[in-house]
Amino acid sequence: MTPAESTTHASKGTIRVLQLYPRDMNIYGDWGNALVLRQRLLWHGYTPELLEYNVGDDFPEDVDLIVGGGGQDSGQLVIQEDLQARAGHLRGMAEDGTPMLVICGLYQLFGKFFKTKSGPVIPGIGILDVETVGTDERLIGNVTLTSPEFGEIMGYENHSGQTTLGAGVEPLGTVSKGAGNNSKDNHEGARHRNVVASYLHGSLLPKNPAIADFLIRTAVERKYGTFVPGNPDDDFARLAREHAARRPR
Amino acid sequence: MFSFTVPLGKLVRTVSRLRGGGSALPGLVVEKIDPGFMQRTLSSLPHGVAVVSGTNGKTTTTKMVVELLESQGLKVFTNRTGSNFTRGVAAALLGAVDWRGRLDADVAVLELDEAHAVHFVNKVPPRYCLLLNVLRDQLDRFGEIDTTALLLQRIAERTTGTVVLNREDPRVARIASAVSGPEVLYFGLDESLRSTFPNDDDMRSAASGTSARGDVPPSPAADVVLRRVGTDDADFEFDGAVVSTHMKLRGVYNIFNAAAALVLARSITGASGQPADAAKLVKALSEVAPAFGRGESLTVDGQPFELVLVKNPSGFRLGLKSFPAKGYASMIAINDNYADGRDMSWLWDVEFDSLREDGVDVVSGVRAYDMALRLQYDEVRFGSVDTDIPAALAEFIRGAAGKPKRVFCTYTAMLAIRRELSKITTVEVVS
Repeated sequence: MTPAESTTHASKGTIRVLQLYPRDMNIYGDWGNALVLRQRLLWHGYTPELLEYNVGDDFPEDVDLIVGGGGQDSGQLVIQEDLQARAGHLRGMAEDGTPMLVICGLYQLFGKFFKTKSGPVIPGIGILDVETVGTDERLIGNVTLTSPEFGEIMGYENHSGQTTLGAGVEPLGTVSKGAGNNSKDNHEGARHRNVVASYLHGSLLPKNPAIADFLIRTAVERKYGTFVPGNPDDDFARLAREHAARRPR
Repeated sequence: MFSFTVPLGKLVRTVSRLRGGGSALPGLVVEKIDPGFMQRTLSSLPHGVAVVSGTNGKTTTTKMVVELLESQGLKVFTNRTGSNFTRGVAAALLGAVDWRGRLDADVAVLELDEAHAVHFVNKVPPRYCLLLNVLRDQLDRFGEIDTTALLLQRIAERTTGTVVLNREDPRVARIASAVSGPEVLYFGLDESLRSTFPNDDDMRSAASGTSARGDVPPSPAADVVLRRVGTDDADFEFDGAVVSTHMKLRGVYNIFNAAAALVLARSITGASGQPADAAKLVKALSEVAPAFGRGESLTVDGQPFELVLVKNPSGFRLGLKSFPAKGYASMIAINDNYADGRDMSWLWDVEFDSLREDGVDVVSGVRAYDMALRLQYDEVRFGSVDTDIPAALAEFIRGAAGKPKRVFCTYTAMLAIRRELSKITTVEVVS
């Protein structure tokens, strides 16, 4: 098979995608999410501009879409001060409707706080009304959930922080295989405005193109008014999903 | 005093072999009836015990250390069966001791899985340890790589003589500050080679061309430094001189681990008072062949056929870098069984650009479609996709007749491929 044609037509516009802390917060294939956004923008006929923001950098202007990944506890400690300094700006962007995807570690820090197992409480930036508490129990394995917006979502979880949702957010979906936010509620992830937060990697976007296209469509509509989709070939994503669904927890 | 442990253990071993059973059961029996057996037997060795651990390259490195020590005339006990956990060691010991429980060896060199190594060193404090690296491997088992680094630190803390560390892996090099008693030695890389070996922190930034190494303190002197890697040779520096040697081993990561093996072998040999015979060491090093499935060269249908084991992003990246695609037909087989790791995220931390020009002929394994999807996003062409390994392999061999072939495969996929190869063709091991 050949990858979808990418650059035969004039670009329909440029979308600036910012990776948040890729140096300290990328542990389980988080690059996959950024890559999928970049390629699908191309396949939809838009020009992606991939930017990075790391601790101490100047925050780029005119960001259309934000993607952030997971990290170890140590990575969260490294970024926490810088993240607090950017909290107001990021909150403003989120409330304004900027589409964002945050996975695992940054999901936790987009919440109110993360009380780590060893004691210290890492303050979050409160974009999401969620709280996370570190535990001795590690939730690991394949996950399937059902979301009213995106249908069936598949991925892999690996976290010991357990997250509880407050009244201000909706879960991303209801888990049918695996744990999700915590070992009790049957919920996975969180939704608020155009922010999608999830514990799932695997990576999340390659096998869940519906979420990738939601982020892209939202970014394009905010910038250009209408989104004119291309025709990405999702046959292999569909087949990968079918096979993943049959795998054990 | 006559003990029944050894006769009974050997009996269980014989019986379980006759039944076609695994290697761990006799070890389990011995542990139960005589918990001190392993410690007692190993502590009688004049040069003590050396533990080799880390996430990548344990098997080949252990094999190198053993062959290097043998070149110096030492008798070495090792856990060759690949049973890299405590019971496996006890079982291997049972096979090696005589009926009175005596082990005819000068030193034991044991490959131990990070988690099991901690259990082992609590029972048997080693005289030496060699800690290779902490890369993203089996994160679904150990949780986080910092946790894995802590496991390695425990091994170092229990070591009584010499701790050998990878100077280029910050998580391993840092262990030096946690040990106070034992001597610390390093193996290192020439500056010019460092970019070839991204450590886990550099993984993302190395790919995007920036460096995360900004605030690393000046590196300590290394006992052995890998200076250069050629297609079939390498330069090592030790004792103030650079030695060039032919290498049977392929893959830059294997050759870096040869530097690690040299440090440990020199240290063990030197403990007897006279330094190792450098010429013999280098000769032995040049003759080390890869361990089972670790970059093996076979001949299939008259053409070279290489099996490259890949089990984590760094290993896969190094595999792609070490074995250039030009002129080779390629197959990738990805399984997600327990021994492979169930999480597929790691495939997204590997760049496949180097396969873009020649493409991939066949994609297989339980997660063939995850791999195909990964290639699609890197715009790498691929031929057939088939989750059934025997069928995919047959198609690969048929479709690429007359061309050298290479298969990148996860652990259980490699076992399946070996099994199939021996059925459909005569497998001749070249190196």
